[in-house]
Amino acid sequence: MIQFLLDNPFLSALVALVSLAVTFGAVLGYAAVQFKVEGDPIVEQLDALLPQTQCGQCGYPGCRPYAQAIADGDAINKCPPGGQATINTIADLLDVEAPTLDEEHGEESEVKKVAYIREDECIGCTKCIQACPVDAILGAAKQMHTVIASECTGCDLCVEPCPVDCIDMLPVESTVSDWKWHKPEPYYQRASNIIASDKTSGAAA
Amino acid sequence: MTKIWTIPGGVHPEERKEQSLQLPLAEIALPKELVFPLSQHIGAPADPVVKVGERVLGGQLIAAAHGIFSAAIHASTSGTVSAIEERPLPHPSSMPGECIVIEADGEDEHIAYQACEDYMQLSKAEMVKRVRAAGITGLGGASFPTAVKLNPKSNQPVDTFILNGTECEPYITADDMLMQTRAADVVLGAELLAHILGDPERVVIGIEDNKPKAIAAVTEAAKGKAIEVVSFPTKYPSGGEKQLIQILTGREVPSRKLPADIGVVVQNVGTAVAAYEALRFGKPLIQRITTVVGEALDTQRNILVRLGTPVAHILAEHGFQAKRASRLVMGGPMMGFALDTPDVPVVKSTNCILAPSKTELPPAAPAQACIRCGMCAEACPASLLPQQLYWYAQAEDFDRLKAHNIGDCIECGACSFVCPSNIPLVQYYRAAKGTLRQMDIERQKSDRSRQRFEFRQERIARAEAEKEAKRLARKKAAEKARQQQADKPGAAKADVVSAALASAKPKAISAEDELAKLQRAVASAQNRLEKLQQKHDESEDAAQRDKFSAQLKQAALRLQEAQAKLDARQAIPAPAEAVAGVAASATTDANDPVAAAIARAQAKMSMPPAEKLQANIDSLQQRLAKAEAKLAAARANDGDTVAALQAGVDKMNEKIAAAKQELAALAAPTAATKPEPAARPTAAAPSPAVPPVKAAPKPEKPDAASVAIAKAQQRAAALASMAPRDKLHQQVKSLEGRLEKALERLAKAEADNDDNLDAFRTGVEKTRARLQQARAELESEQ
Ligand code: SF4
Ligand code: SF4
Ligand code: SF4
Ligand code: SF4
Repeated sequence: MIQFLLDNPFLSALVALVSLAVTFGAVLGYAAVQFKVEGDPIVEQLDALLPQTQCGQCGYPGCRPYAQAIADGDAINKCPPGGQATINTIADLLDVEAPTLDEEHGEESEVKKVAYIREDECIGCTKCIQACPVDAILGAAKQMHTVIASECTGCDLCVEPCPVDCIDMLPVESTVSDWKWHKPEPYYQRASNIIASDKTSGAAA
Repeated sequence: MTKIWTIPGGVHPEERKEQSLQLPLAEIALPKELVFPLSQHIGAPADPVVKVGERVLGGQLIAAAHGIFSAAIHASTSGTVSAIEERPLPHPSSMPGECIVIEADGEDEHIAYQACEDYMQLSKAEMVKRVRAAGITGLGGASFPTAVKLNPKSNQPVDTFILNGTECEPYITADDMLMQTRAADVVLGAELLAHILGDPERVVIGIEDNKPKAIAAVTEAAKGKAIEVVSFPTKYPSGGEKQLIQILTGREVPSRKLPADIGVVVQNVGTAVAAYEALRFGKPLIQRITTVVGEALDTQRNILVRLGTPVAHILAEHGFQAKRASRLVMGGPMMGFALDTPDVPVVKSTNCILAPSKTELPPAAPAQACIRCGMCAEACPASLLPQQLYWYAQAEDFDRLKAHNIGDCIECGACSFVCPSNIPLVQYYRAAKGTLRQMDIERQKSDRSRQRFEFRQERIARAEAEKEAKRLARKKAAEKARQQQADKPGAAKADVVSAALASAKPKAISAEDELAKLQRAVASAQNRLEKLQQKHDESEDAAQRDKFSAQLKQAALRLQEAQAKLDARQAIPAPAEAVAGVAASATTDANDPVAAAIARAQAKMSMPPAEKLQANIDSLQQRLAKAEAKLAAARANDGDTVAALQAGVDKMNEKIAAAKQELAALAAPTAATKPEPAARPTAAAPSPAVPPVKAAPKPEKPDAASVAIAKAQQRAAALASMAPRDKLHQQVKSLEGRLEKALERLAKAEADNDDNLDAFRTGVEKTRARLQQARAELESEQ
């Protein structure tokens, strides 16, 4: 057998290649079965990056459907609550250029908001409860309703259905507990910067 | 001599400690107003337990700890609670926060403190409880609730307890002063805390070698006790918890781990004294030693200050020269923060108030570009790469920041201190760490939102599915019921037909319902018309009469409409099955001859056009009769409606004539269709549920339909007013009549040798049976 293969280099190469192909085919096939990933990992990852405001401004009924849509090739710049930061991270994940936010779907808001029900005006129609995508409103028919502020995503969806217009979107006030240091201005942007003034004058010239 | 280790990096800023050590520890005058922020420790803000206007004594609890991660707050002198409101906080943000404000009454009356001689005999749990009740937090700067730290969660037994007397920041001498003046209490406190922690093998008091007086005093006090007093070379920031552990034990606290995880607990010397006071004398934490220093002050020294004292008051007591000062700092020059306003109080963690002159601590020089000198990396005590962190912090590349362990940065500022380009590096890290923390919180929140959203979707889907299931179940049940009915033994012969009948039943009923409704409508319209008529007749006023006559007309119109609808309804040929169904329902309820009659009549209604017309004519004739009667009545009364009624009668006559004409025109084609109704009973005959006797109408006399209805209604009315006995009697009579007829027909059929002979026979049989039953009933009634 060995002698035969040595005598026929062409055949021996063929045998070697075929046996290699069979071995690796078997290994890959086994791996495909054994290490199969459940679900669509890219959709999960995208969903994890989206802000979960569930506002539907992207044109899909929630963040997950939009994640699915992105995975299916939709544009990544349709989520105003996430803003540029989210677009950037998604672009990173998908390894594409980061576009700017599509203004058609709304503008990125500067401050976080939370719904507030003026409780003495609420007539208890439960319309807002039905609208809230994260069950952040508490109430019952003909009873006063109120927003669980810690669960509210600020999606705005409850404002419109309220027949007596008693829901306001209030900016979330920052407190000492969620305060954080600001990033210092970079040296080249400081007015008092002596050497950087060279640069500014250079730019002006 | 105990072995000591060194830490990487570190810097040697100017110490400037002697400035505040020239004068002995002092106390200052009581301020007029004291402010107690509810949140002056790490963890949840405390809950106020006093009300505005209430008088409080020194040492009295004014805010209770909110949960484990919180600390109680006590009044530091007697006075009245003047407000619980937002005041600027001693915090880098200078944001306002909820504070209890006490107006001091100057008497400085205190509650009776519960001293305890043999506090070491208390159980450990009781000791921790008392420490907690005293509101003690770490006095070194971080303000971590001490009781939490004395209860380490780690399974790792504590083998080393370190008391931190390092005080490595420039200017600050508060701990130095404490150790000099109260060395014995420091040692007792160390023993106490060590005892609570389960008497670890090593109890070490670590002091930097720039405090010879303190070292001497503490060594003296610790003589003969199992406590090591270790001095080590001065270097900033040896006082950092992790750095001190490394210096004294050579062990490094792993990234993202706590000292307790490697069996070490570190407490500040001030904390130890506070714990001792709390257990020995029952005194809560209401005062502390604070260094008041800086060349903008006339007097620089350490003071024993009541918590809540406004910084402005302290500055005034020390001759603060605002013009000389470059800024006002709470804490040291390295890790402290600038105060925007002196109207903030001293809190538990305030170890220093620094008012440097402009020459002493000039404003930071403008930052330049990073020249990659690497000096920051050499200075970093945490062995990080500050210049890399700086780049990533600028670019906000948080993944890389994390990869470079920004979490291990202790924000000591050594890197900024050495940076030749004066880049405020530590500011970048603080900002980046803040953003990371925020991102973390946001991620947690969005995870929760996702969960809630998904749960809601699921719940909605479930509710929808349940509804659907119910609908299906109902449908199935209905089908089953129908099936059962069809399977009933009595109705067995032709399943298909009975099934059809069964399915037709509801329809038939609804048709009946509709008919009844229309009839009711007609009746009510008539009623109304009559009433109006009456009113019209009675009213004398001409204007009113006009009004009434208008209403009358309207009512008449409505009546006409209703009547038309009823006619149309009656004329609509109900589906064959429906009719059969009606017939069937009539037979099933054979005791009700009225219903049977109506059913039969209705069956006749669903007839070819010629018959419909005929029916129409009949009904018109009936109405005519009624109208004529009314007209006669009106004439008799000499009412002024005579004309209107006359017009109505004329119109009706006209209509009847038209209808009759149409009927005549139809007569020719009708001749061809005539056999059809004749065939009907034959078609229905196979169904045993529809005895041919009944189902066989007299197609030759279609007009009989409405007559039958009228008759049936009459009979129903009569029956309703009859006594049950009479009713039965009536029934028996009618049954006898029917039996006779049926027998006649049977005889004829026998003579003709009809195919339906069997059907006829069963019919007769049934009628007979029913007759007998009725008779029996009648007899029993009698
Ligand atoms: S716009 Fe953004 S936050 Fe709103 S539903 Fe779409 S993905 Fe979610
Ligand atoms: S409460 Fe209103 S704004 Fe908040 S999540 Fe619900 S629907 Fe959106
Ligand atoms: S929609 Fe408005 S009125 Fe209706 S329950 Fe909600 S808050 Fe109240
Ligand atoms: S501030 Fe952070 S990075 Fe800078 S020297 Fe200190 S530990 Fe190192």
